[in-house]
Amino acid sequence: MNILKLLDKLSDDKFFTTETSRLETLTNISSFGKKAAVAAIPLGLGTMMSTAKAETNDKTVSGTYFKSALTDALQLALVLEYLEDEYYTKGLDTAGLIPNSDKAVFMQISKHETAHVAFLKATLTSLGVAPGAKPTFDFTAGGNFAPFSDYNQFLTLSQAFEDTGVRAYKGQAGNVMSNKAVLQAALQIHSVEARHASQVRRMRANKGWIELADGGNMPAATNAVYNGEGNLNQAGFNTGNAFGAAAGSAAYDEILTGSEAETIANLFIV
Amino acid sequence: MKNKINVSNQGATLDTSRRNFLKLGGIGLAMAGLTLVGCDDDNFEFVDNKVFDLGMGDVGVLNYAYALEQLEADFYTKVVNNFYSGISTAEKELFTDLYHHEVIHRDFFKAAISGATSNMLPTLEFQYPNVNFNDRNSVLATAKALEDTGVAAYNGAGKYITNPDYLVIAGKIVSVEARHASAIRNLINPGTAAFSGDDVINANGLDLAKEPKDVVTAAGGFFKTPFTWKEQGIG
Repeated sequence: MNILKLLDKLSDDKFFTTETSRLETLTNISSFGKKAAVAAIPLGLGTMMSTAKAETNDKTVSGTYFKSALTDALQLALVLEYLEDEYYTKGLDTAGLIPNSDKAVFMQISKHETAHVAFLKATLTSLGVAPGAKPTFDFTAGGNFAPFSDYNQFLTLSQAFEDTGVRAYKGQAGNVMSNKAVLQAALQIHSVEARHASQVRRMRANKGWIELADGGNMPAATNAVYNGEGNLNQAGFNTGNAFGAAAGSAAYDEILTGSEAETIANLFIV
Repeated sequence: MKNKINVSNQGATLDTSRRNFLKLGGIGLAMAGLTLVGCDDDNFEFVDNKVFDLGMGDVGVLNYAYALEQLEADFYTKVVNNFYSGISTAEKELFTDLYHHEVIHRDFFKAAISGATSNMLPTLEFQYPNVNFNDRNSVLATAKALEDTGVAAYNGAGKYITNPDYLVIAGKIVSVEARHASAIRNLINPGTAAFSGDDVINANGLDLAKEPKDVVTAAGGFFKTPFTWKEQGIG
């Protein structure tokens, strides 16, 4: 099998619009890895990976052949979702941490992050790449935080993680746009993180949106999460003209590059 | 002085099955306040207002976003110009923020599109037949519908964008709409999972994503001015 041809196909738009029977598609996908969670693949993703010819049906293909900017983006997203998933699971499991009145919120957020982990793993698998393993997390960031003994800190880090997630996904849009199904799914996760962020911010007496580059009563250690959020220049349009800088900056969320997102995540990875 | 008779579609709801928009039958003639007294017959010219088509490719998507932002801006302008009775200070501030953001979005698209093409969506007219702007529940419910629709629209349209810069812009806006939606939902059902409810987020943890055709059908009741987007099978 010609690997370069296959990689070419993965970035070729026509590859994704070739119609084929779903059975053939699923067969191709499941040949990539024994643990492919075919059932978890969204309906559109399989057809987006369609191939009309059998030439690429190689049962000995290893997961690393399909690594690309797109799969790297998904791996980064997966790390962030692993982080959030474990964080909220631990939080909910810590007796007396989350007040009863706030439990419904964090149970919902936790449910989503768990689902995101599963979804991203299935997506990576369907693209022929082994999902990265869950890192070992240290939510104290080397002793700087005590989120599981101090609820205010739990809320603070939750806000930081959600606002980071929004910016990180946004920063990867360009890397996943070659696969329409993956792009749409990424957008659909991205907006969920934004809903989460808005809610947690408001629970901390902040606005749901970020004004200027101010996270809103956030410790200096989280500055990287909000750097650049004060931007008022959108494609040459000054967003601060109409109603001032706070409104102009809040109307748009900014990206984080992959390495910026990694740097933030690494604060919490052993 | 020439008096213009505008052949308009005033009052027509968005009819996606309409084929020949040049038919005069069934279209009202809007005199726009002019009377016939004292005017000569040959003083009238017919201005044929064709139905605008959003266009092709990225231009179509930008115009689509512009249409939705016009709607949101228009709605919140009405909200802040006449706050519902009993509104709290916090909610006044929140709706003022929403108004600011949507107007900024709208004006951004106007500037961006006019710089990119001559095929720019005109200023649309809107209608809110079932909305009581003096009632908190009605305003919140409408805001929720508009914000959730905005999220679904951007999420579903992203794949049609070819220019990566436009995609990033759309991304920068949709997360703000989602923040809005979350806040509104929380106002409606505080202390619950509604901010990110199961009615919009599925078992995979994915938010809504709707095709343009479905968005326009769902939101069509608000658009007084019709438009088409033939590339997306609308009109």
